[in-house]
Amino acid sequence: MARRSIEPLLWLLFSAGGVLAALLGPIFLLLFGVVFPLGWLSPPNHEYLLSVLRHPLARVFLFAFFALLLVHGAHRFRYTLYDGLQIKHLNEFVNLLCYGGAIVGSAVAAYLLWRVP
Amino acid sequence: MPDRITLEVARYRPENESAISFQQYEVPCHKEWVVLDGLNYVKDQLDGTLTYRWSCRMGVCGSCGMNVNGEPKLTCATFLADYSPGPVRVEPMTNFPVIRDLVVEIGDFMRKLTEVKPWIVRKEEKPLSEGEYRQTPQELDEYKQFSMCINCLLCYAACPVYGLEPDFIGPAAIALAQRYNLDGRDEGASERLEILSQHEGIWGCTFVGECTKVCPKDVDPAGAIQRYKLSASLASLKRLLMPWSVP
Amino acid sequence: MRASAGYTEYHPRWLRRRKSTYWWLERVSYLAFILRELSSIFVVWTVAFLLLLVHAVSQGDNAYRHFLSWSGSPLVLLLNLTSLLFVVFHAATWFRLAPQAMVVHVRGRRLPGAWIAVSNYLLWALATALVSWLLLGD
Repeated sequence: MARRSIEPLLWLLFSAGGVLAALLGPIFLLLFGVVFPLGWLSPPNHEYLLSVLRHPLARVFLFAFFALLLVHGAHRFRYTLYDGLQIKHLNEFVNLLCYGGAIVGSAVAAYLLWRVP
Repeated sequence: MPDRITLEVARYRPENESAISFQQYEVPCHKEWVVLDGLNYVKDQLDGTLTYRWSCRMGVCGSCGMNVNGEPKLTCATFLADYSPGPVRVEPMTNFPVIRDLVVEIGDFMRKLTEVKPWIVRKEEKPLSEGEYRQTPQELDEYKQFSMCINCLLCYAACPVYGLEPDFIGPAAIALAQRYNLDGRDEGASERLEILSQHEGIWGCTFVGECTKVCPKDVDPAGAIQRYKLSASLASLKRLLMPWSVP
Repeated sequence: MRASAGYTEYHPRWLRRRKSTYWWLERVSYLAFILRELSSIFVVWTVAFLLLLVHAVSQGDNAYRHFLSWSGSPLVLLLNLTSLLFVVFHAATWFRLAPQAMVVHVRGRRLPGAWIAVSNYLLWALATALVSWLLLGD
């Protein structure tokens, strides 16, 4: 009987996160990170943004978006630490740091989205 | 084009040495000569002790893989004139232990290749009386690309993961497993899944893509591995969510 | 292979070369690969930044305005510009490699790789347009 590995599941989550990061990452970062702060276009007003955020569909979608991107980043970063620094002997620690971080981040995201008034 | 070129060849003689040293040989540089011709000239005329593997000299046997100026190449398919005025650095392939001079130890690959069962696996053999298996050209196209592998191991030399993680099964072995998984006559996909799904089976691969770049037969092992990751993880998911559906 | 393979006449001592920690500097393609992998850090920052935005919106109009002006401060701007570059690099390499990783069959025939690439880019354009319309339109 094959040892049940969690790797396939992690890879699926990584891929989903990669697709979402690729499709939506650039535009979010462009607008809120560059365009609005620099005043090239006027940002949405607070009321409107709040009404979008508090919609249940938006909350669910954003939670999935945040969680999957975090898992994507964690997974990739874990392999970079292995390959780039050759610290495979710190295996368990790296896994804990990366995936643990992703879990914590997702919990924070869930909390923040839950608490949108 | 000058008519001579210098080869800087790695030497390793385990009887006396514990490290690689380089020796320079000046060889003729004819328009149609390849690096292998240069090495054969060295062995015939200059230094009979030089040790290296070669066979068909036409890019089908996979014996003559070496690092030429840092890149894994088949020396029978690499023209000397392209490196003029030289020098041309010839080293044993990366990521393999060196036995002597340019000869590397490939036992690890041979063992891993056998593990992935690169043959048609049938639950029940078809009796001879039923005749041959028939395949349409479309069915052949599904796996033909992966069947072109000549086991030259250039992909292993190019793959950084193989160099860093000794348990990684590696590009060619996975591509060859896919060659059989995608062959309509084969019924061994689940057997291969057990081997390949282990942590370092295919999951060590981070899609660097160098293997596909250096492959002399356009096998595209990187593509084979990513496709397999998708099918293997979906199969794992299916087994997880619907355990009754797996025999 | 014997455990302690000292040199004997018929079993030479194999030379095992250790891979340098800086293996990724040896070739341009390796360096490009590592940079692609490091985009993961900036993906995580994107999430952190957007979570800060969500939090600010939850706290009220003042907090939201404060967040916007904070995003305009030089260091944050520089960080976000760098992140944008890396996230776009991630997206570009992801879409470029997608056809190699996915073979789609429609009615028994294989879709050409170009179709996968094009549909990915179309999806990207659509997602961008959707978000832009959502955040800019009024």
